Amino acid sequence: MGDFAIRTEGLSRSFGPIQAVDNLNLEVPAGIVFGFLGANGAGKTTTIHLLLGLLEPTSGRATVLGYDSRSQAEQIRARAGALLEFAGLYERMTAEDNLDLYGRIYHMPAADRKARIKELLVHLDLWDRRKDQVGKWSRGMKQKLAVARALFHRPPLIFLDEPTAGFDPVAAAALRDDLAGLVKREGATVFLNTHNLAEAEKLCAQVGVIRKGRLLAVGNPDELRLKRGGPQAEIIGAGFTEELLARLRARPEVAAVEAPNGSHLEIQLRDGSEMAPLVSLIVQSGGEVEEVRKGAASLEDVFLTLMEEEQPR
Amino acid sequence: MSDLWTMIWKEWKDVLFQGGGWRAWIRPLLMLGIAGVYVPLQSGRLWLSLTPLSLFVLLWIPFYLIINLIGDAIAGERERHTLETLLASRMPDRAILLGKVLIVVGYGMGLLLASLLLGLVLVNLTNSEGAWQFYPSDLLLGVIVLGLAVTLLGAGGGVLVSLRSSTVRQAQQVLGIGTLVVTFGVGFALSKLLPGDFFVTYTVAQLLLFATLLFALIDVVVLGYAVVRFQRARLIAS
Repeated sequence: MGDFAIRTEGLSRSFGPIQAVDNLNLEVPAGIVFGFLGANGAGKTTTIHLLLGLLEPTSGRATVLGYDSRSQAEQIRARAGALLEFAGLYERMTAEDNLDLYGRIYHMPAADRKARIKELLVHLDLWDRRKDQVGKWSRGMKQKLAVARALFHRPPLIFLDEPTAGFDPVAAAALRDDLAGLVKREGATVFLNTHNLAEAEKLCAQVGVIRKGRLLAVGNPDELRLKRGGPQAEIIGAGFTEELLARLRARPEVAAVEAPNGSHLEIQLRDGSEMAPLVSLIVQSGGEVEEVRKGAASLEDVFLTLMEEEQPR
Repeated sequence: MSDLWTMIWKEWKDVLFQGGGWRAWIRPLLMLGIAGVYVPLQSGRLWLSLTPLSLFVLLWIPFYLIINLIGDAIAGERERHTLETLLASRMPDRAILLGKVLIVVGYGMGLLLASLLLGLVLVNLTNSEGAWQFYPSDLLLGVIVLGLAVTLLGAGGGVLVSLRSSTVRQAQQVLGIGTLVVTFGVGFALSKLLPGDFFVTYTVAQLLLFATLLFALIDVVVLGYAVVRFQRARLIAS
């Protein structure tokens, strides 16, 4: 397996005229949470299907946990856990039977299954409801149980496809916390499909951005922010005239300036630039400065920039 | 083998007894009430001769039950979005398919055998003529073997129809209507094609043997095709 849990080379899959995954070259180090970011229909779910060997690639190859996805898919599925687009729980069965089923599927001994059911359900605060039919549960509870099912047989690699999609912010944050806690405790590699950038920022050591099946960027969120977003400053005050903006734009450390309204100035800085000379310039030019905020671009800024760069002109 | 048992355990919990509770027993008890109580009591001692009516009831009811259950087991899994997760696990395709087929066939055969036993006991208790009368052994064996062939056909055909159906309801409607059309179509064709003295020339046991061989042949084709169709890549891509 080496240092990479997943490695793809020119991985492609088309459905008729639609190129769902296009020449994907990706390396996911073992033991991290990898976020695969993209809008709906970007090719994220198809990528998981290809990595699990559920679909054959049109061209290229993928190696998952050291196994070829085309010829050794059974070995991959025996070692991976998955929470796909839908929770996939048997709603007429109880919570503990749902987990027990997947323990049986992975040939876990009965005593181990019993202990593991208790361990996970207690951790997720679902133990008291273990005898309930799952169909009577709330969506958040079902999704927590589905996460537990994906982790149940202690797989070294877990695929999670939009685990918080459609949740309200509070429920999503709670599930994210549970997920983060479980993943840290289990020490597995996680391949997380999401279009929730806050989720990726919080959970992921590395992210890849995909659009229309093509990988646009890959790296850790900080690297991407620096590469794609750069540092930026926000100034609250008054007197931000056109003349002042023109002076700022002329400075070498400034990449771009915008004043969305008279009391708010946004400055994109070039790497390594200092703010102090720019604040002096603003004051000398008649502007008033009440507050200066400096920071990096968010992952959302990076994502949107990448999407804009790739838009057909 | 353990994979097969796992699937049978799962289908038992999910499809047959749907999480337990008294409601799960309504359908099998209703069927048993018709095939094992009502029709035998109406027929009296004639029931024990395994007349064509007895045979029709004994074979039709498990078949009807099976085509409903197999629709739930396959089209239902797809409709409820549980099939994709199951396919993403290590469970082999064949174990999934055979587990589903075996549980519904076992259920149908269980119902057939229970109906035969219950009918035997009730008819003897209510029409006592001293010694107990049993089914003729050759006919009993013929009914059981033909029952197995018929239930396998219901399961195999049910798999093929369910794989092309997006909902349980659609699968059950197609199977229900299709079964009626095929049964009466074939019956009508046989009545026209077979010589008039065909059913007099052969004994019931011989006719059962012919029918069993014919159904067994169709089973091999239908179940073989179901195995070919039930593959991960096809199911995920469809």
